[in-house]
Parts: sequence; structure tokens; C-alpha cells
Amino acid sequence: MAREQDKIIDKVTSSDYKFGFETLIETDTLPPGLNENVVRAISAKKEEPEWLTEFRLKAYRHWLTMKMPEWAHLKIPEIHYNDIIYYAAPKRNAKYESMDDVDPELLDTFNKLGIPLEEQKQLAGVAVDAVMDSVSVKTTFQETLADLGIIFCSFSEAVKNYPDLVKKYMGSVVPYTDNYFAALNSAVFSDGSFCFIPKGVRCPMELSTYFRINAANTGQFERTLIVAEDDSYVSYLEGCTAPMRDENQLHAAIVEIVALENAEVKYSTVQNWYPGDKNGKGGVYNFVTKRGICRGDNSKISWTQVETGSAITWKYPSCILLGDNSKGEFYSVAVTNNHQQADTGTKMTHIGKNTKSIVVSKGISAGLSENSYRGLVKVLKGAENARNFSQCDSMLLGDKCGAHTFPYLEIENDTAIVEHEATTSKIGEDQIFYCNQRGIDTETAIGLIVNGYAKEVLNKLPMEFAVEAQKLLQITLEGSVG
Amino acid sequence: MLHIKNLRVSVEGKEILKGIDLDVNPGEVHAIMGPNGSGKSTLASALAGNETFEITEGEVTYMGKDLLDLSPEDRAREGVFLGFQYPVEIPGVSMVNFLRTAINEHKKYREEEPLSAGEFLKLMREKKSLVEIDSDLTSRSVNEGFSGGEKKKNEIFQMALLNPRLSILDETDSGLDIDALRIVANGVNKLKTKDNATVVITHYQRLLDYIIPDYVHVLYKGRIVKSGDRSLAVQLEEKGYDWLKQETGTEA
Repeated sequence: MAREQDKIIDKVTSSDYKFGFETLIETDTLPPGLNENVVRAISAKKEEPEWLTEFRLKAYRHWLTMKMPEWAHLKIPEIHYNDIIYYAAPKRNAKYESMDDVDPELLDTFNKLGIPLEEQKQLAGVAVDAVMDSVSVKTTFQETLADLGIIFCSFSEAVKNYPDLVKKYMGSVVPYTDNYFAALNSAVFSDGSFCFIPKGVRCPMELSTYFRINAANTGQFERTLIVAEDDSYVSYLEGCTAPMRDENQLHAAIVEIVALENAEVKYSTVQNWYPGDKNGKGGVYNFVTKRGICRGDNSKISWTQVETGSAITWKYPSCILLGDNSKGEFYSVAVTNNHQQADTGTKMTHIGKNTKSIVVSKGISAGLSENSYRGLVKVLKGAENARNFSQCDSMLLGDKCGAHTFPYLEIENDTAIVEHEATTSKIGEDQIFYCNQRGIDTETAIGLIVNGYAKEVLNKLPMEFAVEAQKLLQITLEGSVG
Repeated sequence: MLHIKNLRVSVEGKEILKGIDLDVNPGEVHAIMGPNGSGKSTLASALAGNETFEITEGEVTYMGKDLLDLSPEDRAREGVFLGFQYPVEIPGVSMVNFLRTAINEHKKYREEEPLSAGEFLKLMREKKSLVEIDSDLTSRSVNEGFSGGEKKKNEIFQMALLNPRLSILDETDSGLDIDALRIVANGVNKLKTKDNATVVITHYQRLLDYIIPDYVHVLYKGRIVKSGDRSLAVQLEEKGYDWLKQETGTEA
């Protein structure tokens, strides 16, 4: 019977990546390699002001002094930074004044991904910034949002049009000295999204960035910066895919969120980078630094992530709870299959009084994969009455995969109440048979059980994407039982 | 409807059923009785297609098809229902979602349109009142935190929803108080038609006060050692299984 089980696991875990196609489009690329000239060249291509070039160079010089972090429960093959292309942009027009300027191949790519860029075809209530390789292709609904004073544009546009805002907030949450990958990103970042919600405005639609790596041997280094002024609200979603390639591709992004007084930011991610093939060949290295700061009193930042892709994931969306009564949330579903590895979790730093944080992490491992939760709850001296609740659940499908939990607590104030719950479960054969006996086949049964297990997190996603995420979970695991 | 011929079943290399013959026709209720360890549950599980139970010999024909050739889910979709002795908990999966998926899988198999949410809820309400199940149960996760009695009632409720041709109820009466027993038995009786059949597996005679069987079979050490009508059950109740041991001792 163990053999039968293996067969099912094989089947589930061997389903194909649906977004693996490649767009044949001419790209303008820099030669591979990294040095000060490359950093300057990127800055020049983007016609950046002097201060930004200097920022990049400082970051690059700092990066040279750093080492890759080795504390994560990951086996990362050596990365040859001089073999990577740091800038690739779809050719044709440097700027897209209107839809007519966008290469039809590009539009077609995003259509295939289910992200139509023509506004009349858009999902109602979602504005999209589409980023292909190093540049933003198109941001929709910009005018509608501008009427409310909301800025939603590519990072490059923001540097040109709102340099003061960028200068004020960029690097204020994740400084370039933060870690190895943050330093690298700060040196070579190409594009990303910028979002600014002015005081008192509730953003009426979901803002979304869709990232696509297309060009071969190319790294993707985007930055996202979200600033929510007093009493404002925004819900933001990012999605990502990449073609199937035999070599590994590096993705090192930074996301910074600033929430001022009474502001609320919801950030949701559906990460589906190419995970590599069944034998662990190829796939994206997803080394991302995401952090938000609740700077104002009563502010709130909420991270929700559904991580199904990437060969290796190293990612800890975190909250610095500086304002009194501020609140941080982290809801995560991380699925690993075949040879995928994930080391993901969060860091909640309580600084203000009466700050609260909630962590709900659901790991699902299948195949030969390794899936770790790593989380830090830190309560500083002045954080009176801090509260944290963490729940870390792991589910194993099969007996060749690993699930690990590394919770860290650093409490310096004894009024803090910190709770941690952890469970590990397996999908039982008896559960599968029970479903079978009611006419439900094994794959559908796994889908039901996994989605039931992850429900608490999936419910936090914006409605438009919750259904997609559910399907994605099922596809990723198609065929695995334990 | 169901023809079992010389069925032999092993679990982990140990033979449990040593040649079972049984015929069940539409409209009939069969009771299978026997002491613990005689192979009653093995028979039920093997018929439902549980892979833990290895079929080493014999034939099972169901509605003219080779039952043993069908996957467990296809057996279910063909109308074979197993009421579990120990219903399984599935945390996080709501009863509503579970049952709607199940019903629509049956529909898909029969190439019928799936039920809409509205139609499904209506059907659920009808069946709930038929088997007197609390509304509360269907809003919870599958069997999670259900009491023993609730789990068994839930099995009958699922049977009512899925409307099977052949129901095999494995010790559905065990662990039930007298009220729950009556509810379960009433449910089974209400669902009985001239076209469907029920096989009731039980250790005790008391369930058979409520569900009147047409045939009673006694399973002992992997064989059906005696078959008869309802009076056999009464006899068993009076004389106990020891009486059987003596009877069969001469036969064996």
C-alpha cells in the first residue's frame, strides 16, 4: 500500500507548471556581470538623478563587504553573480504613451497570464502595474486614481515625477545595509511599483503589481514602496510567474511599507515563480526582503502570502510596530513540492505601547521538499502590554519531505503576553478513503483537505484572488497524499 | 444486485475471510452478525474497496459489473455506500463543501448537471428533516468534534443525500443510546425502497428490533456458518455466540 501511496504522490506532485511559456520579444540588455560600471549603466539607462546613482553605488560597495546569509534551513548552490544579466527591457519603445505603443506580443503575454492590460477588459476594481523583466510595461487606472490624489505608478516614473517622496521614504524601512540581498537589490534594482495614498483617502480599488521574468539569464530586482498617510487605507496584491528554464534565475526584491497614523495597508502575495522541474532542475531563487513600519498610532499592516512557486524561497515579511496601539498581521500558506525549499516566516517587532501582532503560518510539504517556518517576536522594553499570538501548522504529504518550525522570542517587557501554538499533521489514508467512498477521487480529496487546512489564510485574500489561490494550491499539489 | 462468490480477503498476509458466498437482491435487508474478530468489518471494507484489504480469491458482481475492478470512488458513484464504523474526521473541510463535492462528483459520473448552491441547500434541508439531524452539524467540519452518536447520525444523513442502491452499514448501532438508535433505524427504514438494498452489520440483536431484516447471516472465523430469517437473530440473542461455537465446532 505504501507503494500505491507513492504512486499517488508522484502523480500529484508531477503536474506541470502552467505559466512556463516564453515571450519571443527583442530585449535591450546589459552584458552579464556586476561592477560599478554596470550599476552606473543601469542608473543611466533609467535617467536617474545623481543622488540615486550615489545611493546605488553605496549599496553596491556595502554589498561587496557582505556574505550570503547561511542561517536559513536551505541548501543554496553557489550563485555566480558575474554570470547574471542585471538589466533587460523589452525593446521597441522606451516609454509607452498609450496602449498602442505597447508591443502586441507583450499584451498577449499578459493576456495569457490572465492579466489583460486594456482597462475595459480589467477585473472590475483592480488596478494593475505590469512589470516584465526590468521595466514596468503598463499601469492601468492611473487617471481614475489620480482624481483621489492616489499615486500608483512604476518606480521609475515615481523617481522622475515624485523624487521628494521617493527620497524621503526609500530605504527608510529596509536600509541597503539590512542584509546581503537587500544591498544587492539597492545597487541594481530596475523597476517596481510605487504607491502613495494621501491623508484620509480609502483607495477604492485593489492595487496590484504583476511581475514576470522573461529574458534568459536575467535577474529580477524590483522595489515596491507603499506609503499610506494618516487615516488612509489600501489593499495591494502582487503576483508573479516566470518561464520554464533549465538554469536558475535570481529574484531579489524589496518591499517597503510605511503606515502613518490610523492608516491600514493590506499586502497580499500570490507567488508562483517557476519552481523548477520534477528533478529540481531550474527554478527561481526568491530572496526577498519585505518589511512594513506602523509608524503612526493605531496603524495596521497585514501581510498575506500564498507561496507556491520558486525553487528556493527566503522571505520574511515583517512589521515594526512603532506607533502605540498599532497592529501587525502575517498570514501565510507556503507549499513546497518536488525539490523545492522554503524558509519563510515573519518578524514582529513591538516598540509602541499596546501593540498587537498575529501570525498564522500554514506549511504544506510534499515530494522531496523542505519547508521551514522561521519567526521572531520581539518585544522591546517600552512596549507595555504587547500581545502576540502565533500559530504555526505544518502538513506533510508523503514521508520524504521535511517540515520545520523555528520560533524565536525576545521579550524585554514583562507585561507582554505571547502565545505560540504549533501542530503537525498528515493527510491520512483513512481521510482519503472516506472521501473516495463518498465518490470523491483522490486528487479532489487532497484539494478539499489542503484548502480546508489553509482556509484561515485564504480567507484573508481579496475575493478576486482567493479563488485563483485555491486553484493554485490544488494544481501545485495535484497528486500528493501521505 | 450483489453476488459474492468464494471471497477470500487477507490483511497484512493474514487471511480474514475464508470464502464468503452471499446474494443480495433489490428490496432486501440483510443482517450480518457475528462475534468480534469474525471478519464483519473486513467484508464491508473489502466491498467498498479499501486497499488495506487484499482480495486473494473470489468474485463480486454488482449490477452486472465486476465490482472488484472498480476504484473506490467509482464503486461509490455506482451506488455502493459504506456507513463507517469509525467515521473519519476531516478538519477544516465543512460538511456543506464536502457533501456538495460528493454529490456533484456523482452527478458528473452520470453525466448530469451539477447542483447549484441553492438546489443543494434545499436538498440538504429535506434530507436533514428526514433523518432528524441537527442543523448545527452540517455547519461544522466533517465529523470534527462530533460525539459518537452524531457521527453515526451523520453517516445516515450522507446516505440519505447520496441515495445509494446498496448500503452497507458497518456497526452503525455501536455506541448509540436508545434514542439515537431509534433515529438511525428510522432513517434507514424511511430510505428503504423496492429498488435498493441494505446490508446491516451488527454485533447485537437490538438494532434488529428496529430494522427488520429479511435474512440473517452469522459470520464466524471468516465464514458464513449459518443463514436464516429474523428468528436466527433472536436465537443468537438467547443462546449467545457460544452456542454457535458448539454448532460449528462439529461442522469445522
